[in-house]
Amino acid sequence: MVPLSYYLVLSGILFACGVTGFLIKRNIITIFMSIELMLNGVNLSFVAFAAHWHAIGGEAHGLVPLSGQVFVFFVMVVAAAESAVGLAIIIAVHRTRETLNVDQVNLLKL
Amino acid sequence: MTSSLNLWLIPVLPLAGAAINGFLGKKSSRTAVSVIGLFFSGAAFAWALQVALRFSSVSLPYQEFFAHWIRSGTFSADFSFYLDQLSLVMLLVVTGVGFLIHIYSVGYMWDDPSYYRFFCYLNLFLFFMLNLVLANNYLLMFIGWEGVGLASYLLIGFWFTKDSAASAGKKAFIVNRIGDFGFLIGLFLIIQHFGSLNFTQVFDQVKPLGIENGGAGLLTAIGILLMVGACGKSAQIPLYVWLPDAMEGPTPVSALIHAATMVTAGVYMVARSHVIFERAPIALTVVAIIGTLTALFAATIGITQTDIKKVLAYSTVSQLGYMFMACGVGAFSAGIFHLMTHAFFKGLLFLGAGSVIHAVGGEQDMRKMGGLRSYIPWTFLTMGIATLAIAGIPPLAGFWSKDEILLKAYQNNWVYWLIGVITAFITSFYMFRLLFMTFWGDYHGVQVDDHGHAHAAHGHDDHGHGEPHESPWVMLGPLVVLAALSLLGGFVGYHNGFEHFLDPVFGSGVTEAAGETVSSATEWILMGVSIAVGFLGLIVAYILYVSKPELPKKVADSLGALYDAVLNKYYVDEIYAKLFVKPLVDGSTSVLWQGVDRKVIDDSINSAADGAQHVSDNVRHMQSGNLRSYAGWIAAGAAVVIAYMIWMGVGR
Repeated sequence: MVPLSYYLVLSGILFACGVTGFLIKRNIITIFMSIELMLNGVNLSFVAFAAHWHAIGGEAHGLVPLSGQVFVFFVMVVAAAESAVGLAIIIAVHRTRETLNVDQVNLLKL
Repeated sequence: MTSSLNLWLIPVLPLAGAAINGFLGKKSSRTAVSVIGLFFSGAAFAWALQVALRFSSVSLPYQEFFAHWIRSGTFSADFSFYLDQLSLVMLLVVTGVGFLIHIYSVGYMWDDPSYYRFFCYLNLFLFFMLNLVLANNYLLMFIGWEGVGLASYLLIGFWFTKDSAASAGKKAFIVNRIGDFGFLIGLFLIIQHFGSLNFTQVFDQVKPLGIENGGAGLLTAIGILLMVGACGKSAQIPLYVWLPDAMEGPTPVSALIHAATMVTAGVYMVARSHVIFERAPIALTVVAIIGTLTALFAATIGITQTDIKKVLAYSTVSQLGYMFMACGVGAFSAGIFHLMTHAFFKGLLFLGAGSVIHAVGGEQDMRKMGGLRSYIPWTFLTMGIATLAIAGIPPLAGFWSKDEILLKAYQNNWVYWLIGVITAFITSFYMFRLLFMTFWGDYHGVQVDDHGHAHAAHGHDDHGHGEPHESPWVMLGPLVVLAALSLLGGFVGYHNGFEHFLDPVFGSGVTEAAGETVSSATEWILMGVSIAVGFLGLIVAYILYVSKPELPKKVADSLGALYDAVLNKYYVDEIYAKLFVKPLVDGSTSVLWQGVDRKVIDDSINSAADGAQHVSDNVRHMQSGNLRSYAGWIAAGAAVVIAYMIWMGVGR
């Protein structure tokens, strides 16, 4: 069985990739994908912990079965809804500003 | 004690009138304002009369308790009223003369745009004055004391658009503050040593103390400090300067506040504290000297004044000096007697002067009057009676009270008596000078045409007309009543009746007994002298101003510098301006304004604001509007938090 730490390290790497992409990329689509990457990094740690606690018999200590997996579904639903709204905004931005470079979308800046 | 006298009604009635007129008067008609103003002051007078009628059936001093006010440890001051013979006299004078002057004001102020405001203030004044008179402790008295000061300030500056009126109001207020400062310190001394401000409690503790013959002690200090307060309110040297300026107010105000009632509050207060003063001979001497000097000093200034109201103002200062002289020689009842008769004839004189001013279209300069006898006979008649009364011609009111004071002064020290007699002569002289200049000779005034006065209708005693004409009956009525009182008011002093009435209050006079009694022959001689100087003043004034009108100028020229000094009121105002006002203004400007306010307060606040702006300006750059830099800060912050948690462990 693959130890828990492997999953967590992978989860951390995915999250760090997301953060890095969010910070250095200028294209909104890429930034958006970086956010999804961070969310999925978190999802991975959710299911890893869920499986781990189940394997060591956490139910005896008050753990609700499958709660980690259910959380992942919630995150996915929220991410899907966010993508729908986010992509609509990106299209609207593209139509009005004719660019997807975030540095040029600065009308709200003081 | 039988049933309650409901003394609280007397001050509360005028207060209600003031409130109604003050809040609703602007929208009401003049008639409604007059009805309210007259009803509430009249009702107060009626209730005071009713109290007077039931007076013999109550045990004195009668006290009425309404509510606790201040209770702090053993010290207490309550809302309670105190009625004895002294406060009854004051009560009747204040409400009676006050009511008459309210009636007069209806006619005098009818054309004024702020008619309702005038009656509101006048009623408010009555409320505070009655509070002062009826209080049973010094603190409640002080409320009335300050309240009448406020009403006086409001009424002097009644025509506040006129610069001189506004500054006269301020002057009165500020000069009174100086006196009040002394009064307050006196009260603090009383609290510290007797633990109370209640009249009966304080006086009960003072009575066992001996007379401070050896030198100045506690009672002397208290007495002198109280006298400082009285000097302010009652316009005595050195704080008299505000009263002549107070003539900027409407004439009924001069009559009510600055002649008949408020300015006598100091005399009342000294008389009320007679227990303290009787045991402090030095304080009493101070009172007598201040009173005597003021009487003479103000009377001499009165000779040269040409403004009809200013003459009466200085005359008031002088007569107040008489009252203090009486108190100072221990003849408190004589002082209160003169206070009462003075309220009658000086109120009458002021109202008569108002009637004269009304008749000649707002002119106050006596040189522009003259010959008014035939135009305004009723005013002439009543003012003539008042002049005879103040000059001390028997059997009018002023004779009785003034003679009483002079007799008591003679018993104490003949110097007081001599100055008093000289003052009586000067008083008689300048009052008949006023009468002759105004009513004899030819009319010197200009014929004011009916249009010419329109622009001056506001802010002046102005009713511009053609010929001088008699005032309406609503103004003459009070004149006639006061004239009757000036004629007959003195007879209450017949066979010392007034003195015996006040005996329960002032009885067992300590110092009075000390004075040598005089034989009845001396008494008659003194009386003869005071009558003689009264007539002498009349004759001199007649010679100078009726039979030989060119003489006064020659006399003035021959006196030269002395005349100039008197004409300029001995330059007292100028001296005060140089000595006190200018250093204060300069000090305030250079130290307090430019130094403390500008340099310290303004600068520190400004630099604090500048500093905040500077810091904010630097911090502002963090808010770049760059989304990724925000995200970077968040990530960095999260990293710091995580690192901290790893390093320290999650608290459990």
